[in-house]
Amino acid sequence: MLAWTIYISFLGGLALMLPRVPARGARVIALLAAIAGFTVTILVWLRPANGAMATIVHRSWIPSLGIEYHLAADGISLVLVLLTGIVAIAGVLFSWNIEHRSKEFFSLYLALIGGVYGVFLSADLFLLFVFYEIAIIPKYFLIAIWGSTQREYAAMKLALYSLVGSAMVLIVLIAAYVVAGAKTMDLLALSKFQFPLHFQMWAFPLMFVGFGILAGLWPFHTWAPTGHVAAPTAASMLLAGVVMKLGAYGCLRVAMVLFPHGLDPWSFTVLGLASWRDVFSLLAVIGIVYGALIALVQRDFKFVIGYSSVSHMGFVLLGLMTLSRIGLTGAVLQMFSHGVLAALLFAVVGRMVYDRTHTRDLGALSRMHLNKAIPFAAVTFVIAAIASIGMPGFSGFVAELQILIGAWSAFPIYVVGAGIGIAISVGYAWRAMQEAFFSDAVPESITPPLSPISMPERLGAGMLIIASLTVGLYPQLLLSLVIPALNSPLFDGLRKGHW
Amino acid sequence: MITVSYSALLRLLLPEVIVLAAALLVLAADLLIARTAQMRIRFVTAAVISGIGCISSIAQIVCAPQQANVFNGTLIISPETQLVQIALLVLTVLLVVLSIEASSFTSHVGEYFAVILFATTGMMFLVSTENVLLIFLSLELLSLSLYVLAAFKKRSSHSAEAALKYFLFGGMSAAFLLFGLSLLYGLSNSINLVQIAHAIKSPRLDPLLAVAIVMIVLGFGFKVAAVPFHFWAPDVYEGAPANSAALIASSAKVAGFVIFYQVMVIGFAGAEGSGDWRGHTPGWVPVVAVVAVLSMVLGNLVALTQTSVRRLLAYSAIAHAGYILLALVSHTEQSFIALLYYSITYALTLIGAFGVVSIVEEQVGGEKLSDFGGLSRRAPVLSSCMLIFMLSLAGIPPLAGFFGKFFLFASTLSAGQHTLGLLWLVVVAVAMSTVSIYYYLQVLKRIYIAEPPSEMRPIKVPNVSQLVLCAIALSILLLGCAPNLFLQWLQQPIRIAHF
Repeated sequence: MLAWTIYISFLGGLALMLPRVPARGARVIALLAAIAGFTVTILVWLRPANGAMATIVHRSWIPSLGIEYHLAADGISLVLVLLTGIVAIAGVLFSWNIEHRSKEFFSLYLALIGGVYGVFLSADLFLLFVFYEIAIIPKYFLIAIWGSTQREYAAMKLALYSLVGSAMVLIVLIAAYVVAGAKTMDLLALSKFQFPLHFQMWAFPLMFVGFGILAGLWPFHTWAPTGHVAAPTAASMLLAGVVMKLGAYGCLRVAMVLFPHGLDPWSFTVLGLASWRDVFSLLAVIGIVYGALIALVQRDFKFVIGYSSVSHMGFVLLGLMTLSRIGLTGAVLQMFSHGVLAALLFAVVGRMVYDRTHTRDLGALSRMHLNKAIPFAAVTFVIAAIASIGMPGFSGFVAELQILIGAWSAFPIYVVGAGIGIAISVGYAWRAMQEAFFSDAVPESITPPLSPISMPERLGAGMLIIASLTVGLYPQLLLSLVIPALNSPLFDGLRKGHW
Repeated sequence: MITVSYSALLRLLLPEVIVLAAALLVLAADLLIARTAQMRIRFVTAAVISGIGCISSIAQIVCAPQQANVFNGTLIISPETQLVQIALLVLTVLLVVLSIEASSFTSHVGEYFAVILFATTGMMFLVSTENVLLIFLSLELLSLSLYVLAAFKKRSSHSAEAALKYFLFGGMSAAFLLFGLSLLYGLSNSINLVQIAHAIKSPRLDPLLAVAIVMIVLGFGFKVAAVPFHFWAPDVYEGAPANSAALIASSAKVAGFVIFYQVMVIGFAGAEGSGDWRGHTPGWVPVVAVVAVLSMVLGNLVALTQTSVRRLLAYSAIAHAGYILLALVSHTEQSFIALLYYSITYALTLIGAFGVVSIVEEQVGGEKLSDFGGLSRRAPVLSSCMLIFMLSLAGIPPLAGFFGKFFLFASTLSAGQHTLGLLWLVVVAVAMSTVSIYYYLQVLKRIYIAEPPSEMRPIKVPNVSQLVLCAIALSILLLGCAPNLFLQWLQQPIRIAHF
């Protein structure tokens, strides 16, 4: 049944391409498709399940190569599918005002969503890769056609970074397929295959970086801020909210599961690093601190959020590298949490503020007294900001706490770095909040007055806040899915008996 | 001497004879009857006759499948050769139908279609022989027809220049090829590929044989436009009439690759050498590997800077030749299937792309990148077709180009299964195909993102062409989504042939 999330999105995208559909109806169709996908997810979620991998569809596809059309979901994919559903609905609500080529916009939007659902639900690596690439092309067009600042440059940069990443993934996929006997691309089957150690030692980092590029792994993150800034609101919500999770998901689900021994220590030490695990956790911590520091000095409101995404995604990667159950669940929760919160932040900045004021410069915004002009935006931003810096009660807190606990037992020094990152994040969030909404600067009369926050925006913002609060207050909701998934046979190699 | 009755021979050659008869009929009909009629009617009649000729030839092959090996490999008819012939004929039919609407470039209607059919006959003979003399003869029949086709736009100096360049280079490469073949004859005292392979078998590479290898690679390298024998390609693609260029770029390439493969793999069996990383041994494989790498790198890098879409397609064709040559390097049964799959789907895509280019040329007046500006708003259907063609060439799933690449690379890597000796070639290929996405996106960027010129009017797309282009686009999508359909069709005869 979950497979319908994919089909509905693609069918919706196709339907929008028909010449008969009126331009005004496009957003309604998109909204219906997004809601339908979300509803399907909820229905599946309500059914009792144990969180382990459950097959949805399993058909032979290209039998001579052993490639199958195999969709399956476990707790981790379900969490991310849920996230996709929420962000997809919110994204449509926040693009309710799109007039320019709106049919094409929503068509590409749904194609992107369909690709994302597909990645999260694929259990065959060939299929996973197909969906992964399908998600890239719509992003390019969404940014290049409907974007703002330097849109064509940002779109091309994003596309090329993503494609370089997927090229690295493809090389390893083909090599792994051949080494395992060229008989199957099935994730579970390949995860049971014992790849030679020397193979894992180069395959793992190549694939991890390949997926990591999309997850904003430092120093390959530079596409993210420019892409987020240039993208139209709904696209930046999806990019930060969901697409970056594709990368992180690939790191966990494919790279780490296939090549668990790639994380083993080397026989030598370089600069105090003794394994790929050390290397990537160091990069993750650098990403956390670096992203936060850069966010601290940005003048462009959207760049602040863009770099904060890099910082928050660093936590996900750090969580993955802890290789402990608590760290990994933290990473998955952080994916969800950052997905919801980043979407909310971009919605405030891109839709509520930028679409009305036509500037994102913090200096200019500070003279507009936005807390008076659009109080709803101010309140939403405050909530989103405190949630994302880790206020207890919101999802960010439970996620980052678990990651830090996991990291504490693995590499205590890095926890200090991550802690510094959190401290700086308070700084940039407060600074942005202060300057954009609550500044003391001499007011400037705004002509014409800003239009009030519309109903779709209120709904979208409310939905995202509720999602974050629910998970923050009752994390068991997601943990009950994630933990059984991590205990399932798929993660045997990674678990190595403990946790 | 084996005796063969001429009536039996004629029966075996019926498919070729039908095409040849159609060619003569077209010529006669146009000269005798249609000369005074309107241009459009002449084109339609000629195209209908040629189309019917090709289709009945296909029908003959399908309905009366035969198997024969006449005169010791001079004429070989097997499911394998018939399959290639069907593919070539289908491509010709598509081209012929697309030619109907392109009626402005010549008044020599009968000759034009007749020469296309002569070329097709040449290709059909080319792929069904193991006799080097006949290979050379049919190659010349093909090449001479192509030279004429390239020059068909008599009033254009570009066309004449292209043809002359093509002819001069082609003549020279034919001389090299003939020299190489004569050396082979000298070494082996035979003109049959299988016997040649027997005769030249020796543990060490004879210097004379090395010369023959280089000469033959040079000769065929020219036909498939591989670096460093590619200089003719950009000029011919740019100057020749669009449909001639499409023929040169599509079915002629398919035939060229198939015979290149046959000659090297059958004729030089035992002198392969190895192209493995750090393990290469002399033979023809390393030579082809070097040519492949040069083609991929140079073709893709030079294509980046092109401003003319035709030249861009030419350089991309050089790059694609590089990928396809990987199949020769690995030369397993699976890589031959991959070669067929890749080259046929590639040819299909290229016919489509040239179809779009020729319509744009006619309606907008040029084929520079800038002439494609805003095409999506002037001719939405045409643009969607071009989107599919470009993305397929770029290797984006779920289109045929992606599966072709995946299959080709996987089969290349499988050749040295556990050593992964050809991994370096696959890495180059994947990296370079990532580069290629940039320039394909450049085309799409003009079509979808750039604003249309100010005096915007919808482009009139001729109905027949639009129908054919849509059919091609759909089949590319279908071949990508369900590659198994085509793959099975390819695999059956080849499996039979090899076991």
